[in-house]
Amino acid sequence: MLLLLLLLKTLIIIVPLLISVAFFTIAERKIMGAIQMRRGPNIIGYIGLLQPLADGAKLFTKETIIPNDSNEQLFMTAPFMALFLSIISWSVIPFGEGLFLCDLNLGIIYIFAISALNVYTLLFAGWSSNSKYSYLGSIRSAAQMISYEISIGFTCLIVAVSTGTYNLSKIVLFQKIIWLIIPFLPIFLIFYIAILAETNRHPFDLPEAESELVSGYNVEYSSMAFAQFFLGEYANMLLMSIFGGILFLGGWFIGFLFFLPEPIKLSFKMSFGVLYFIVNRAIFPRFRYDQLMSLGWKCLLPLVIGYFLLTSNILISFNGLPI
Amino acid sequence: MDLKRKNFTRKMKHFTINFGPQHPAAHGVLRLLLELSGEIVIKATPHIGLLHRGTEKLIEYKNYIQALPYLDRLDYVSMMSQEHSYCLAIENLINCKIPERAKFIRVIFCEITRILNHLLAVGCHAMDVGAMTPMLWAFEEREKLMEFYERVSGARMHAAYFRPGGVHFDLPLGLLADIFLFVNQFKVKLLEIEEMLNENRIWKQRLVDIGIVDAKDAQDWGFSGVMLRGSGIKWDIRKSQPYEIYNKLEFDIPVGRNGDCYDRYWVRILEMKQSLNLILQCIEKIPFGIVKINDQKISAPSKNDIKNSMESLIHHFKIYTSSFVIKANETYIATEAPKGEFGIYLVSNNTNKPYRCKIKAPGFSHLQALNFMSKGSMIADVVTIVGTQDIVFGEIDR
Repeated sequence: MLLLLLLLKTLIIIVPLLISVAFFTIAERKIMGAIQMRRGPNIIGYIGLLQPLADGAKLFTKETIIPNDSNEQLFMTAPFMALFLSIISWSVIPFGEGLFLCDLNLGIIYIFAISALNVYTLLFAGWSSNSKYSYLGSIRSAAQMISYEISIGFTCLIVAVSTGTYNLSKIVLFQKIIWLIIPFLPIFLIFYIAILAETNRHPFDLPEAESELVSGYNVEYSSMAFAQFFLGEYANMLLMSIFGGILFLGGWFIGFLFFLPEPIKLSFKMSFGVLYFIVNRAIFPRFRYDQLMSLGWKCLLPLVIGYFLLTSNILISFNGLPI
Repeated sequence: MDLKRKNFTRKMKHFTINFGPQHPAAHGVLRLLLELSGEIVIKATPHIGLLHRGTEKLIEYKNYIQALPYLDRLDYVSMMSQEHSYCLAIENLINCKIPERAKFIRVIFCEITRILNHLLAVGCHAMDVGAMTPMLWAFEEREKLMEFYERVSGARMHAAYFRPGGVHFDLPLGLLADIFLFVNQFKVKLLEIEEMLNENRIWKQRLVDIGIVDAKDAQDWGFSGVMLRGSGIKWDIRKSQPYEIYNKLEFDIPVGRNGDCYDRYWVRILEMKQSLNLILQCIEKIPFGIVKINDQKISAPSKNDIKNSMESLIHHFKIYTSSFVIKANETYIATEAPKGEFGIYLVSNNTNKPYRCKIKAPGFSHLQALNFMSKGSMIADVVTIVGTQDIVFGEIDR
């Protein structure tokens, strides 16, 4: 009985997640279409709303191609792992007061651990497909994700130091009076830059820079294997948007909208992140690899470490450490 | 067991990548062998010939009029400029003067073609560097320009509109007014594209000081057009050896300073503005009159004449079946096509077919400098450099 309940709870998170990934893709295509003065998909369903289903059906019915020289086990494990990892991170996300699958005390650390594992999926995919382009792409992405994770780590540390907890629900409850974006605006900006790199999105989408490496680490993938990567990547973006919303934008608190259910208010903040991802993709050129690295190590990291020291020193010297 | 030192040291080989021909940044069918050391390019070897159609040889087997459409298909983003060189070459061989109105029409459409080409160049360059939006905006404008092509010739791309002795038809009613309207709204669109790119830090980081060619190297490698002007050499055939009516029009030649990709991008943008300026001047000054010369040996008589005169009917038939005979002679005519100096070396031999038609395509000499420009830079820069060279394989492979 308990197991069944747990399963039900899991499904209640996973099914809406996959649906929102589907609508994320259509939103991306529509919004980018609007920016680029074209319509985007508008044939299937009312104004193209069913397009993601059609895409899914297409990918599902295609043949899975496994390259001859590839390492088959790893080749097929990598996409599954990518999807799996991006879904299990959602277990610690609180959708409202008391609305979570698991109220982990180390929520932030957990999310970090999982997203660090994501590097392996890219490495597996790039290495096992035994193709030069995907190999280059996976090396790039490993370096990139590791270097930007450090910056994200420090931003989260600052939040954790000032709120005194790693627990995501408690961080949100802490922001009932004031959203953390207000004291931590620079950190908020750094966080939102770093998540672009963390999820391999424009202008940091070097692992899959289509004009250089064709499609990066997933060049050799087709059909469902590709779809799993795709779902994983977009679920990761949604995760990062909601994570940013929880850390800096006050989670489910929007003062004047007190009458709305909490998950809906949280989803507004997630949509902000989603919009941010999409608009960035439409308007920016891509960084070069070394420029990306120097931005990560020489600009963001010193800034965020400095801010971390500043915050903790202020908290210590004014005896304001929340314990 | 014989342990030798050489068994323990393995010679490292460079990582070789086959860049293209099926690659999103290969601009058609460029096949590039990149030798990489990490991300740094050690050597870039362009391979050509995948789009070779034997145009020059085909032209030898067609008479002078039938050969004209092949020129459209060389550089398929600047169609009329190439017809222009060919027509000028023939006119030079038979020594004929074309009517004033035809000259103005030719200049208007050459400049439209220049905008057409530069829009694609800038748009695709931005796309190569990763900015998607400018390309789609540029293509919207290209669509409007292609409509002008269609209105004047019936074809959106391969117009075959410039003919020896003038142009094929007169401009349809209201076209000049529409071009005028287009020019005015295009200035705004161009500003929008500039706003997106000019001061964009990522765009600048990717372009400034990438693919530097100094003035001497540019000359040594035989560059022309934007690639030469980007390096600071003020050379434009429209000014130095003016053809048609360019000597009566006022325009500047924008030049770059550092010879890097950003300068070339900027020269392209400024050239588009100069072209708009030229189009406006032509619209203002264009006279009335005939659009092809009155010599029925060279230009076909009008439909109206064919209905009324036997002579005209015969001339019409003769021109379109066997064109005209040109006395043994030779000529080289170069025009400033959007990509650079596009030249035609035409040899006639008392028949109605050219004995030899050598085409000097600007892209060819640009492509051969690819290794020189991209050696020591990163893969991403190779893509930028291919973009800035504005390579179109139709003209390189011919």
